[in-house]
Amino acid sequence: MSIGAVPPRYRISIDRDQCMLCERCVESCPYGVFRSSDGRILIDSRRCTACHRCIAMCPRDAIDLKERPVDYRSHPLWTREIRESIYTQARSGKIILAGMGNALPYPVIFDRLVLDACQVTNPSIDPLREPMELRTYVGKKPSRLEIRKDEKGDVELLTKLSPNLMLETPIMIAHMSYGAISRNAQLSLARAAKEMGTYMGTGEGGLHHALYPYQDRMIVQVASGRFGVDIDYLERGAAIEIKIGQGAKPGLGGHLPGEKVDEDVSSTRMIPVGTDALSPFPHHDIYSIEDLKQLVRSLKEATEWKKPVFVKIAAVHNTAAIAAGIARSSADAVVIDGFRGGTGAAPKVARDHVGIPIEAAIASADAKLREQGIRNEVSLIASGGIRESADVAKAIILGADAVYIGTAALVALGCRVCGNCYRGLCPWGIATQREDLVSRLDPETGSKQAANLIQAWTHELSELMGAAGINSIESLRGNRDRLRGYMLDEGLMKVLDVKTVGA
Amino acid sequence: MAAYRIDAADLSYTQLNQIIRARVAEGTKEIEIENVLGQRFIADGLKGDVRITIHGVPGGDLGMFMSGPTCIVHGNAEHAPGNTMDAGTIVIHGSAGDAVAHSMRGGKIFVRDDIGYRGGIHMKEYRSKRPCLVVGGSARAFLGEYMAGGLIIVLGLGTGPAISERGIGSGIHGGEIFVRGEVPPHLLGVGAKISPAGREEKERMAPLIGEFAGYFGLDGESLLSEEYVRIAPSSSRPFANKYVWE
Repeated sequence: MSIGAVPPRYRISIDRDQCMLCERCVESCPYGVFRSSDGRILIDSRRCTACHRCIAMCPRDAIDLKERPVDYRSHPLWTREIRESIYTQARSGKIILAGMGNALPYPVIFDRLVLDACQVTNPSIDPLREPMELRTYVGKKPSRLEIRKDEKGDVELLTKLSPNLMLETPIMIAHMSYGAISRNAQLSLARAAKEMGTYMGTGEGGLHHALYPYQDRMIVQVASGRFGVDIDYLERGAAIEIKIGQGAKPGLGGHLPGEKVDEDVSSTRMIPVGTDALSPFPHHDIYSIEDLKQLVRSLKEATEWKKPVFVKIAAVHNTAAIAAGIARSSADAVVIDGFRGGTGAAPKVARDHVGIPIEAAIASADAKLREQGIRNEVSLIASGGIRESADVAKAIILGADAVYIGTAALVALGCRVCGNCYRGLCPWGIATQREDLVSRLDPETGSKQAANLIQAWTHELSELMGAAGINSIESLRGNRDRLRGYMLDEGLMKVLDVKTVGA
Repeated sequence: MAAYRIDAADLSYTQLNQIIRARVAEGTKEIEIENVLGQRFIADGLKGDVRITIHGVPGGDLGMFMSGPTCIVHGNAEHAPGNTMDAGTIVIHGSAGDAVAHSMRGGKIFVRDDIGYRGGIHMKEYRSKRPCLVVGGSARAFLGEYMAGGLIIVLGLGTGPAISERGIGSGIHGGEIFVRGEVPPHLLGVGAKISPAGREEKERMAPLIGEFAGYFGLDGESLLSEEYVRIAPSSSRPFANKYVWE
């Protein structure tokens, strides 16, 4: 091997004075970093993924982790990542797959946007004293209402309303399939969604029977592989989402390797055990916007027009025009997944280089729909890289009705964003199907943690609104006056439709 | 019991399906629909044991997500009959458009004449469910692309060959395709391999050919006695060697 070994990514060390040889690190690590031999813990740092499970479980804080313990000659262009990708590809001749979201240091637009607050001229509102309306309806809104008054003065609504989802908070949990994540992870999130009065997505992995008690809180996904999709599945969901694209790999298909298709995963996806679940790049019954309309309507027709149908696309250059097309397809919501969206596995080149940030995509889609007078025809859901409640507030001001959180919800379950989801050995019991690892995640505590996160963000959101003198999420939505750009260029501020700070 | 008759003239697909659903819920076993003029989604998501005879041309996605019923079409069918179908039978006395049997998981489709592009694309199978598509005439390009399971037979009983376009079984990783006559190897997609169909294969084809012949008044025995080729996956993991972990 003329390339030789590349330096280890992490170095683990143990403070031998602190270590009491309890071997919890040995038990914790499914990657095999630790081994016990002759009364000593031996370390193989090269196996480490920085998942922190050992650090979290060590009762004496004896374990230390250093990232990049060995320097390369520094170079601004030929970074360590670039060099190591070349070594990997020179050895293999293959496409590199990677986990979690975009790992390049693009500037974060959310962090260049600041929120407004009231001072003197109009008072801020204390959410402890005044009611804050965060309830959000996702779905079509009528452009006008027709009513009839009878002789007693009672009002009857004549306009037929489209089905909407009622959310107690504008935060939903994103589609992460059973197979990509474990049953206990899905159960934790589903219970949290139910408790918080919101919804979660199934991903393209079918619906495990353990989740049936939460089916009225589940949005069932129909993606290009149609895995797990039958009429029973469609009827169980509270809403149906057609997945066209994903922010982490816009335009690409999906691939669940056969190793992950065990008995249980096979039964929800409805494919034989051990076979690859390949989702084609496009839906092969959708080659045009007219075909999309046909799929939307076929789903509505199959479920007797009782459920909202969402269409999810990755944020790409022409998102606004595409969203306008979707709004005319009789879909009820457009989900836009920004280029920071997470994934269990995606080609690294797509994950890091394809798509656009959610901030720009949602703002331009909202503007286009308003310009065409069809904003009421669809709800807009922002997804991909929503990290905190401030991002939720900013996304809503930029035009979103609600957001999906994926990675943040997993972090609430213990995920350390190590990015090794595709290995199937997740030490936190999240991205794995190995029974001993899955059992590490207790759905009872997991759901509490995920619900706590949504509750905390919801409280923060109402405080941000109160500070801005706003008592209803409706008044925050699209309210660009309460947002300013800080060190953003003029072109981007125009797209976002915000003024600069000080203006 | 006489069939329940529906005149579909001036009915939208939703109105038509509402009538069908209501009748099926009441236990009707035979429905006959006249004057079908492009209504999409007929029997979409329909469950149960009912036979629906359709006179005219049904629109796209006939029998989509269908689970159990039988649809017999006296006429041509549009785009994607049997799309994501789970169980049941569709018989078309005519031709059908693109993406016939798209992503179908179970049940059977018989098309007397030709089908368009992407026939049987991403058909899959699961446990006792094994979808089957039998085409009497010819198929266009990308037949059985991404196929993960099930069985396709193309008989080529029309004027030209059964298939003369490219991309047959590209990315195929399960199931099998039988074509009457010869298929030049350059028409095969990546991941597909071809071999002559032997006795064992013909045994698998026999019940389907027999059923097909029965619907359209043909001689199944003599059809089965002809030469066929079998197109199947060269590997169950066609993409296993394309990727490397970070």
